[in-house]
Amino acid sequence: MIFFRRQLPLLITLVTGIVFAAQYYVPHPASEEMLTTVTKWLQIIGGFALVLGVTSLFHIHAVKIRRKEPGWGYSFVLYAAMLGTIAIGLWLEGKETINGTMTAFGWIYNFMMVPLQGTMFAILAFFIASAAYRSFRARSREAAVLLIAAIIVMMGRVPLGEYLVPISGDITQWILNVLNASVRRAILIGVSLGAVALSLKIIFGVERAYLGGGKE
Amino acid sequence: MSFELLLGAWVATGLTLFIFTFLYEDNPLFKLAEHLYVGISVGYAIVKTYDTVIIRLIYEPMVKQGDWSLLIPLAIGMLMLARYVPKATWMSRIAFAFIVGVGSGLAIPRVVSSFILKQIEDTVRPLASMVQGSPTFTYSLTDPGSNLNAIILLIGMVSVLFYFFFSIEHKGPVQVAARTGILFLMIAFGAAFGYTVMARMSLLIGRLTDLIEYAEPRYGRPSLWLAAVTVIGLVLWSMKRRPQAEPTEE
Repeated sequence: MIFFRRQLPLLITLVTGIVFAAQYYVPHPASEEMLTTVTKWLQIIGGFALVLGVTSLFHIHAVKIRRKEPGWGYSFVLYAAMLGTIAIGLWLEGKETINGTMTAFGWIYNFMMVPLQGTMFAILAFFIASAAYRSFRARSREAAVLLIAAIIVMMGRVPLGEYLVPISGDITQWILNVLNASVRRAILIGVSLGAVALSLKIIFGVERAYLGGGKE
Repeated sequence: MSFELLLGAWVATGLTLFIFTFLYEDNPLFKLAEHLYVGISVGYAIVKTYDTVIIRLIYEPMVKQGDWSLLIPLAIGMLMLARYVPKATWMSRIAFAFIVGVGSGLAIPRVVSSFILKQIEDTVRPLASMVQGSPTFTYSLTDPGSNLNAIILLIGMVSVLFYFFFSIEHKGPVQVAARTGILFLMIAFGAAFGYTVMARMSLLIGRLTDLIEYAEPRYGRPSLWLAAVTVIGLVLWSMKRRPQAEPTEE
């Protein structure tokens, strides 16, 4: 039984890992088709991962409602919103418009989800400004450099900034295309090396955290 | 104007204002909008996933085209749900092993090719350009492809890599390189910060534009009415909360 519980998953990881790493170097139609098929499979399996996440969310809020914990009414609102959206969405087969006319599902998207999402991210502008006020004081040379770069980029991204300091647009482009690009490349290379090392560790069974704990 | 558009304007305005109340303090109006947001987003994601995965990727190919090989990912996906059966929890490992194995295998050659070799190739460029048969050094800072910018890019990338290289002590020339790397990092972080701030500002302007539009008489001025209702609601909530908060402070 230990074989099925511990060794079989490691064997599957090893075989699939080697096969799909090798696939990249085989320019044969069959190899390409295998990649297309498995990409579709991963999408299907990913759908089940959503079930796991949603079940967890359902459970947390169901417990809150059952125990009538503080704020349980909000959990009820969440349930109602979620079930209502699912019911309407499934009824209309997930279509937001039919023959150019907005459906109830499209209405939920346009007049509830988009404003909520947009505003939720928009209020971050205020918190970022407040965080900047606290952290941007030029206490050191490095902090001063960060502050100046941020100010230049902010000025270069709005017409008023370019009107006040005409060169700010060009400097912003230079910062983004040259200085920022060099750092992004260095970080990308570092992260990629780490990702390759981790992938190799996973394939060869050195890294097993993804299998979780629990009984063998 | 149609009823659904009118109702939409009032609902969108109300929800926008409810979220904005968080700028004052965490309050019931914000929590209501926040939970509505989570509920609707999850519901929307479920409907879209159902449509994409169950209908388009499973049902239609299997029933209409007879592609029964899709039973394999279906079975692997079902194994993931074994986590909810205590005695069969271990079976979910098979599904995770497949996902992680395929993901790791696919990642290795593609990451090496696109994110390591290609990035190095684009950074290590000729230090001079050939113009009409003779080598020329281009100084233009506004041209990202100029030779001067190519050198700056190279210095930036190498110095940042030196900063993250901890296998040798940062002393002497290595320290100089690492400190240069810090300067480049700070410029990049500052630029990223400024860029993010402007993106958020753009979203904010979008929301405010909607609020201004919904303040027009053809919509029934929901922005003004609901702003008044929201402010009154916040004032009442603050007044109701204050007598309860005082004893606990003592």
